[in-house]
Amino acid sequence: MKPKKQRKSKEHDISIVLCGGAGLGIQTVEQLLTRMLKRSGYYVFATKEYMSRVRGGSNSTQIRVSDHPVGAPVKRIDLLIPLDKDAIPHVSDRLDNRTIIIGDEEKLDTKRKVINVSFSKMAKEIGNIIYANTIAVGLLLGLTEGDIKEGKQFLKDYFSQKKKEEFIPDNIKALEKGYQEAGRLIKEKLVDSHRFLHMKKFKEIRDDLLINGAEAVGLGAISAGCNFISSYPMSPSTGVLVFLSQYANDFDIISEQTEDEIAAINMAIGAWYAGARAMVTTSGGGLALMTEGISLAGIMESPMVIHLSQRPGPATGLPTRTEQGDLQLALYAGHGEFPRIILAPGQIEDAYQVTQKAFQWADKYQVPVFILTDQYTMDTYYNIKKFSVPQGKIDSFIIKTDADYKRYNLDVNNGISPRGIPNNGAGLVRLDSDEHDENGLITEDMEIRIKMMEKRNSKLHELKKEAFAPMLLGPEDYRILCVGWGSTYHIIKEALTKLNYTDVAFLHFKQVYPVPEESINFLKKAKQIISIENNYNGQFSQLLETSTGIGIATKILKYNGLPFYVDELAEEINSAISEKGGQK
Amino acid sequence: MIKMKQFEQEQVKTAWCPGCGNFMILKALQQALKDLSLKPQEVVIVSGIGQAAKTPHYINVNMFNGLHGRALPPATAIKACNPELTVIAEGGDGDMYGEGGNHFLHTIRRNPDITHLVHNNMVYGLTKGQASPTSEFGFKTTVQTDGVISEPVNPLALAIAMDASFVARVFCGDTKKTADIIKKAIQHPGYALVDIFQPCVTFNKVNTFKWFKEHTYDLEEHDSNDRKQAFARAIEREKLPLGIFYENKDKKSFEQQLSVHRDLKTPFILRQFKRKKLEELLESKQS
Repeated sequence: MKPKKQRKSKEHDISIVLCGGAGLGIQTVEQLLTRMLKRSGYYVFATKEYMSRVRGGSNSTQIRVSDHPVGAPVKRIDLLIPLDKDAIPHVSDRLDNRTIIIGDEEKLDTKRKVINVSFSKMAKEIGNIIYANTIAVGLLLGLTEGDIKEGKQFLKDYFSQKKKEEFIPDNIKALEKGYQEAGRLIKEKLVDSHRFLHMKKFKEIRDDLLINGAEAVGLGAISAGCNFISSYPMSPSTGVLVFLSQYANDFDIISEQTEDEIAAINMAIGAWYAGARAMVTTSGGGLALMTEGISLAGIMESPMVIHLSQRPGPATGLPTRTEQGDLQLALYAGHGEFPRIILAPGQIEDAYQVTQKAFQWADKYQVPVFILTDQYTMDTYYNIKKFSVPQGKIDSFIIKTDADYKRYNLDVNNGISPRGIPNNGAGLVRLDSDEHDENGLITEDMEIRIKMMEKRNSKLHELKKEAFAPMLLGPEDYRILCVGWGSTYHIIKEALTKLNYTDVAFLHFKQVYPVPEESINFLKKAKQIISIENNYNGQFSQLLETSTGIGIATKILKYNGLPFYVDELAEEINSAISEKGGQK
Repeated sequence: MIKMKQFEQEQVKTAWCPGCGNFMILKALQQALKDLSLKPQEVVIVSGIGQAAKTPHYINVNMFNGLHGRALPPATAIKACNPELTVIAEGGDGDMYGEGGNHFLHTIRRNPDITHLVHNNMVYGLTKGQASPTSEFGFKTTVQTDGVISEPVNPLALAIAMDASFVARVFCGDTKKTADIIKKAIQHPGYALVDIFQPCVTFNKVNTFKWFKEHTYDLEEHDSNDRKQAFARAIEREKLPLGIFYENKDKKSFEQQLSVHRDLKTPFILRQFKRKKLEELLESKQS
């Protein structure tokens, strides 16, 4: 239980936070800066929290820069760039005496020490107020000792790609101006350069990908041959719809914005029936409307892929914020009994991988498969290696039908009747939402009912065999086991690395249902299990308890709409262990 | 040569009451499919829930018998993913104008090349006799004990108002004409609504076979390309006209406008995955 060594006082990274109203350009600064830093050879991480409004309010983006891989947010702020007077109050509980605040004093109203940099005045000198953002990028690139040459090259590439070459010269000027300003601040000792790390740069990470969770799900879908998406826009799930729509022409994808979520899921089931690989993307409220459709997929034995990006409920809740509150919704959505699969990516790479699997398993087992993400996952990115594109043919489980084809053939031993589609062979494909016989015809024959129930539900045993096992990180001879699922992967991992206990391990689940068989063995070994979830009830620990019969007494839960912060979580884990003394 | 028999489901007993209008509609539909020389494999009937929505169980073609009110969205998707199929969405007035009312509006907007057959008997059959969205004012039921007080849906006026590309109404008592108009609706290259009057012999004692005979007449000297005229005919209430009210042949169908079918008409199942394009996309994300 004792820490191996003392916590290092010095951090491995610089935590930069940009804060201001929507529409002030935070996103632009984040996008440019993170790419320039990555091209400089640094590891970067970015995430954002924002209000449900188009203009104004207070939004913030955190960027961590490091010479170590970083994949999680921290509460600590080393460098704050406030863009308006509401910004400092918005993050005040995250500021301490080490936080350096740099901003346009004129625009702020605070008793805290602010290093004055007049971004807008400098921008006007270049010719337009819009350059304030690029100046800020230059300043931050300078303070983090990023590579100005890479920065300039990135601007050239960025504006050429957008076919806006005319913006290149002045943006380069602005970048240089900001970079020089960083030099001035250090030279004039307005910023103590010892307060920042001098970080190593790595050439080989230059070509890493910086893509967020929404893009990773979208790419996973494309790589799995997804060619149909029907959805209704809803934060935070819309990114996937937008991504697939952007590339619809390149990859022969039909993308349809429907009148409601009910139409979305019914369309998608129709698309699978006609031979497409279809998905829907939605959030909790939308999924609530889709539940009857999920049940339809269950009885029709239609494949279905549902991306459910969670946000805090009930009802409209906090539309732009994050939570792991819809596991039970995904688990129980849809009346009647039928098997399903629920996947919950932890890393960006997982989002790509599990989405691929979702299509494969949906098709193979003819069941609905959920990909459970959240706002945090959608809006977060960090360095990852380029995804590999699956080689060979995409597995298709569609058969050519014979004249005597029966869609619900009972003469199969694994519950999976081969799936045909209309006009692909001599047979007819007849699907029914009523209980049906082998031909899909409505029936109330109770013998057949029993056989069909057993056939459908037996698929659960089949698909369980392939389930993603949970991943154990840390010592194998642990006494204490932290359990997490989905988006908390990097946060819990870094918190435990920080704590550096010799007897605490972390078990992460990227498949939450059916609960993988081996889970029980991991849980059995622990003296204390600490469940860490971004929700109020500890929904996954309840599911684990039901599936394994092992009680989980300690829970660390957060439900204010924000993800856990590494530093905050580390403290909580620490006190959870102290309180219980590492015992049940 | 396609024979009527090919569309018959011999072993299946229907769940309809003797004398139900559905039998006539079923026969008219089978006749239309035969006349068009369609193979059963090429036809998909998508339906929801209700007595009318059981129709595909009694006809030998592909079937997607989905949820109550939800026939139109899957029908749209099926046609979009395989434009070679003949897709028919079929159900009753409660299914299509009540539970699925929103899809009705938005399917008209999309204009997929599907045929929309609505059995309209102005009452709920399967749930035993409550009012439907097309029940007339004052229609008394076990639920609407003082009679219906809401305005009935006028599906034709609604469709014409939204510039639906084919709008027709028939009475199933005239099987020949019903078959003929269903045939034209299938041939029409876009969304085609056929509202089909039918008596419910068990639960609607007002709008009977005789009532429909007396309260309808055939459209004559009507220009179905004239939207205003079509609308004027659609809102007539004393006697209800039958026939093709409106046609707009200039509209492009949903599938025609989809970029996936612009160069290539092949069904999705026959298309190749663009692996190289994905490699390129991933490379572009590296900068």
